[in-house]
Amino acid sequence: MLARLLTLIRKELLLALRDPQSRRLLILPVLLQLLLFPFAATLEVRNATLAILDNDRGAEAQELVKRLAAARAFPTVHLVTDQAALTRTIDEQQSLVGVEFPADFSRRLAQGESAPLLAIVDGRRSNSAQIALGYVQSIVQDYADERTRAAGGEVPSRIVLRNRYNPNLEYRWFLLPSLVAIITTIGSLVVTALSIAREREQGTFEQLLVSPLTPALIMLGKTVPALLIAFGQALVIALAAIFVYRVPFTGSLPALGVCMILYALSLAGFGLFISSICSTQQQAFLGVFTFMVPAIMLSGFVAPVENMPAFFRGIAWVDPLSHFIVILKGVFLKSYGLALAWPNMWPLLLTTGLTVSLAYWMFRRQLA
Amino acid sequence: MSVAVELTRVTHRFPGVEAPALDDVSASVPAGVITGLVGPDGAGKTTLMRLMAGLLKASAGTIRSLGLDPIGEGAQLRARLGYMPQKFGLYEDLTVGENLELYADLRDITGEARSASFARLLAFTKLRPFTSRPAGKLSGGMKQKLGLACVLLGNPELLLLDEPSVGVDPISRRELWRMVNELAAGGMPVVWSTSYLDEAERCPHILLMSGGKLLYAGAPQELTGRMSGRSVQIGSISGNRRTLLQRALNAAEVMDGVIQGSRIRLVLRDAAWAPDLAALDAGPEAWLRPAEPRLEDAFIDILGGGPGGESELARLMTPVVLPEARRAAVIEAVNLTKRFGDFVAAAGVGFRVPQGEIFGLLGPNGAGKSTTFRMVCGLLPPSGGHASVLGIDLRTHAAAARQRLGYMAQKFSLYGNLTVEQNLRFFAGAYGLSGARQAAKIAEMLETFALTPHRAAPADELALGFKQRLALACALMHDPAVLFLDEPTSGVDPVTRREFWTHINGLVQKGVTVMVTTHFMDEAEYCDRIGLVNRGRLIATGTPDELKQAAGRDGHEAATMEEAFIALIERSGGEDEGRAVA
Amino acid sequence: MSGPAPVSWRRLRALCLKESLQIVRDPSSILIAFVLPILLLIIFGYGINLDASRIRVGVLSDDRGPEATRFVAALGASPVLETHLARARGELDHALAAGDIRGYVVLQSDFGARLARPDATAPVQVITDGSEPNTASFVAAYIQGVWSTWLAERAADRGRGFAPPVDVIARSWFNPAALSRNFIVPGSIALIMTIIGALLTSLVIAREWERGTMEALLSTAVTRTELLLSKVLPYYALGMVSMLLCLTVAVWVFGVPFRGSLALLLIYTTLFLGSALGLGLLLSTVLRNQFNAAQAALNAAFLPATMLSGFVFEIASMPAPVRAVTYLIPARYFISSLQTLFQAGFVGRILLDDFLFLTASAAFFLGLSALRTRRRLD
Repeated sequence: MLARLLTLIRKELLLALRDPQSRRLLILPVLLQLLLFPFAATLEVRNATLAILDNDRGAEAQELVKRLAAARAFPTVHLVTDQAALTRTIDEQQSLVGVEFPADFSRRLAQGESAPLLAIVDGRRSNSAQIALGYVQSIVQDYADERTRAAGGEVPSRIVLRNRYNPNLEYRWFLLPSLVAIITTIGSLVVTALSIAREREQGTFEQLLVSPLTPALIMLGKTVPALLIAFGQALVIALAAIFVYRVPFTGSLPALGVCMILYALSLAGFGLFISSICSTQQQAFLGVFTFMVPAIMLSGFVAPVENMPAFFRGIAWVDPLSHFIVILKGVFLKSYGLALAWPNMWPLLLTTGLTVSLAYWMFRRQLA
Repeated sequence: MSVAVELTRVTHRFPGVEAPALDDVSASVPAGVITGLVGPDGAGKTTLMRLMAGLLKASAGTIRSLGLDPIGEGAQLRARLGYMPQKFGLYEDLTVGENLELYADLRDITGEARSASFARLLAFTKLRPFTSRPAGKLSGGMKQKLGLACVLLGNPELLLLDEPSVGVDPISRRELWRMVNELAAGGMPVVWSTSYLDEAERCPHILLMSGGKLLYAGAPQELTGRMSGRSVQIGSISGNRRTLLQRALNAAEVMDGVIQGSRIRLVLRDAAWAPDLAALDAGPEAWLRPAEPRLEDAFIDILGGGPGGESELARLMTPVVLPEARRAAVIEAVNLTKRFGDFVAAAGVGFRVPQGEIFGLLGPNGAGKSTTFRMVCGLLPPSGGHASVLGIDLRTHAAAARQRLGYMAQKFSLYGNLTVEQNLRFFAGAYGLSGARQAAKIAEMLETFALTPHRAAPADELALGFKQRLALACALMHDPAVLFLDEPTSGVDPVTRREFWTHINGLVQKGVTVMVTTHFMDEAEYCDRIGLVNRGRLIATGTPDELKQAAGRDGHEAATMEEAFIALIERSGGEDEGRAVA
Repeated sequence: MSGPAPVSWRRLRALCLKESLQIVRDPSSILIAFVLPILLLIIFGYGINLDASRIRVGVLSDDRGPEATRFVAALGASPVLETHLARARGELDHALAAGDIRGYVVLQSDFGARLARPDATAPVQVITDGSEPNTASFVAAYIQGVWSTWLAERAADRGRGFAPPVDVIARSWFNPAALSRNFIVPGSIALIMTIIGALLTSLVIAREWERGTMEALLSTAVTRTELLLSKVLPYYALGMVSMLLCLTVAVWVFGVPFRGSLALLLIYTTLFLGSALGLGLLLSTVLRNQFNAAQAALNAAFLPATMLSGFVFEIASMPAPVRAVTYLIPARYFISSLQTLFQAGFVGRILLDDFLFLTASAAFFLGLSALRTRRRLD
């Protein structure tokens, strides 16, 4: 039994690595995403442009303009001279945020009144604009606090902010652990769903079915290589994350291993299930695509799961990717061991059990 | 006789391939007759067709199709050309009518002429009842007729048909032949490419090709004429005809030989040099008489003769020993029925195959032959009845039976990206061979099938003949007691086919039981018994001779298996062309 | 071949009809053209919400005094924050590690006392979950907001010398409620057009090669122009239908405003479909294999359209070399024009730039695929 399984695994690995087409499918996404994602996929706001319209020109306004212009978050600052120019620069997306000082800004401040500062953000890119606005607000806040102190008054309270697990809120620390999950998704599905479809097209699947290999063994013969390949890909990304992109790894390696196996298994379950309803590579490709896009989109990678409506949270719960991403971030950044990972492990176990038995049932049904 | 296509010293090379696909071919296609372009797979037939149609540009040499340069004057040529590619060029998700409409528009046929040609072609092809059926749901024979109709829409002045009869049963093939003959008689030059030599034999003019070279151009009769007196038949054989064939093929005077039912047919190296029946131990009753020479005999003669009669493979194999009780029914089908929705693909099919017999399953396309075959080897669960192999129901105790079962699929299902050796190793492993036994078996297979020089080549890059050998080797790794062959020799050249059957004959003598499906009537002659399937039912079972007898009229038996096939199918109500391909 | 042959309308019409029938009868094209767009639109419209609408934060107050209680109440009153009161810090740490809360606030036992003393400041400790950087910044910003309001109100109550703060009044143009849906939905339409244009057409010519029908077509009088047009036109129509479907769903289901002109939308869609179809056909023509072509389309069209188009991820935040690459991605211009047309209506300069780039890329890809289409098999 073991010898036959090894034969199947060996064949699968040979096929995956010898065939240029599937080799491309396994290696290209790893390279492309490893090179591109950490730079391109970011919700951080850097290099944002700020427009300032100073209708006041008083000392206080000048001081604040100077501070805003010096801020690292805004390498480019457009100083505009009239309302129309401000409108245009926002309209034409030359600036993400515009700040307008009213004519009486300095006067009101000097008189001890509250001075309004008008901030206009480009709602077309509301997410980035909100973040950029946050930068403006904190600069203004610092300035206000300083004035208070200079005036001999004391700010009675202050905020002590600490970002745990990721002190500088490096987006890459969030991204690279998630990438481990996303890329292994592609690998596992390719090896399971697409390779079975190819065997069906080329007729070798029948050859397997007439051999003494049982359906369970054939399925296992697809699952283990998927696991190995997913493991290999995960290893490459994880090592790159740790040594090239300097993401800390604080958790337990064995816990990661166990979860990795669980995740690859649950994906193999989905892959086998897709392949059991597809007869051509074309269909399998579409099937994988239709599964993968929602799986990635709803995994919490693009937008947090807790922001979704209940229905999508339900889907995300079934999505193995969403659990694995939590585990990965935990293992990398939050010192996760098995105990902390468990709440996200048992849903994986459940989906694995479900999809694998569904796929097994489909295979059996086609045979007898 | 005017000339429709003139080829002068045409050579074609594909980039990255060392051997030319066509090597210095000069020939002409006469008008008004069917020119058979014949040769095994890889001979260069398709390349030649495409060159004539202007779909490829020759590396060297000149071509004149209808007096035009197919590349420089392509537009003019295409307006006058009818070209049917392999797979017929049909849109499978369009209906018969829509395919016709499309090609009518593409060929600029409008108004009166259009309705007239539709009427004419639908009558000609008998496709009228099926105009609203998607082309993908037609049987192979109907697809082929539709393909032909689409090509004929523009009243072409030159008709090029690339392997129109592949995968098509004898009845549809005969039908097509009739239609094309009619066209040729009307003066249309036709080029018909085929790997079936018996088909080519009916063409008034043939171009015989092999390995990119033109071996012969002219009337087939002239070639067969050269063979006159060299083809003989031996009948009333006592004892085993397979061993007799083996002995005959080992005799110096015999160049080639095949089994024809209970008889054997030999081709002699020299007409004057007949083998001695006594020396061959053919039995006291045996007779030897001259047989009509065939194009295939001439072709094998040109290729330098067939393979020997000895199967190294069978010699090495340990004989299959089965318990006494099993021997009478190694393969058994009882009342096998398969329904797909309302459609009954097979109904009440039953037969028994005893040990050491070759059982052939024959029938028109879509008649239920494949369905039955797949049910018997456990690939398709039957809706009713049951099938067993070695007494084991494949649905319940599959693994045990499958360990003793070898299966070779139609398209030689191999892992194309894996090398020859990796394929062998995989199948050995899948059947539980490991370690030294596995290594020994692989070495043995490489040796026996002359695959050693190709051991590191990916299976996809092998020539068809070698692929077929490799597929057979893979199916035999585990010394199976039962062998299932699904159209095992389609497309391969006659010498490779001979070799294949030499192995099968050898295996049968070691007690292996074989079940085979085929469209190839020569191949059917190798069978001990044949089951003929039509309209989902088994309409006749018997030895090839019995079927020929049953098909004959007025006490004369049918002369060939093909005639017998056609007669029996027609007698059972004819081919039901409306049956969808399941 | 003897020069560009004239286009025969009959042949073109017949080929287009054939292509359309194939689209209608092939479940996979229906899947890609209608089911997947709706699915994606729903996912993007409902599922991808970058506005932290409800964030769970923990609160630990060791001070039972009125000042601390008031601050905690202010936190609880925030519409965005969902506060969970805890008794011990360990509890919060665990909840943060488990991802049950995205941050927490700690007030020490001397919070009230320090507030009262003029020479001391009372710290408000805010700990966020840095493993979700985007949410972490939101947490910090919202707590800071609550804190400054609380501080201002407190000062006002006491009528005491608290320096007047600068009051930043933010206004979000085009999208007053700053809903991420308003820019994600138009962006996702570009993604859908990419799928239809490139992914679907990457299959169609390759399919003809694989099924052997190309050979039959080439042996007829069909010209190269007819062949290409017959592939472009039906899929263009399909893309347009899908666009109108998306527009309808976006406006009436998701309530995304559409302020531009429909005519302009159709023009920009036409231009973008031109380059997407061109790319798809090019891949299909060159690779002649459905599987490889679809894969290539995924890597050459879909991935860049998701990652490098400014759809979710801000282009300005990318490093210079990656930013340079984005200039070559047609989806970038299409997304920019869609966001403008939907939310701003008409901005001449943006739309002009987009128009020029989209026209150029459509001409480039269609031209290249025309160039690579041969009337021969070799």
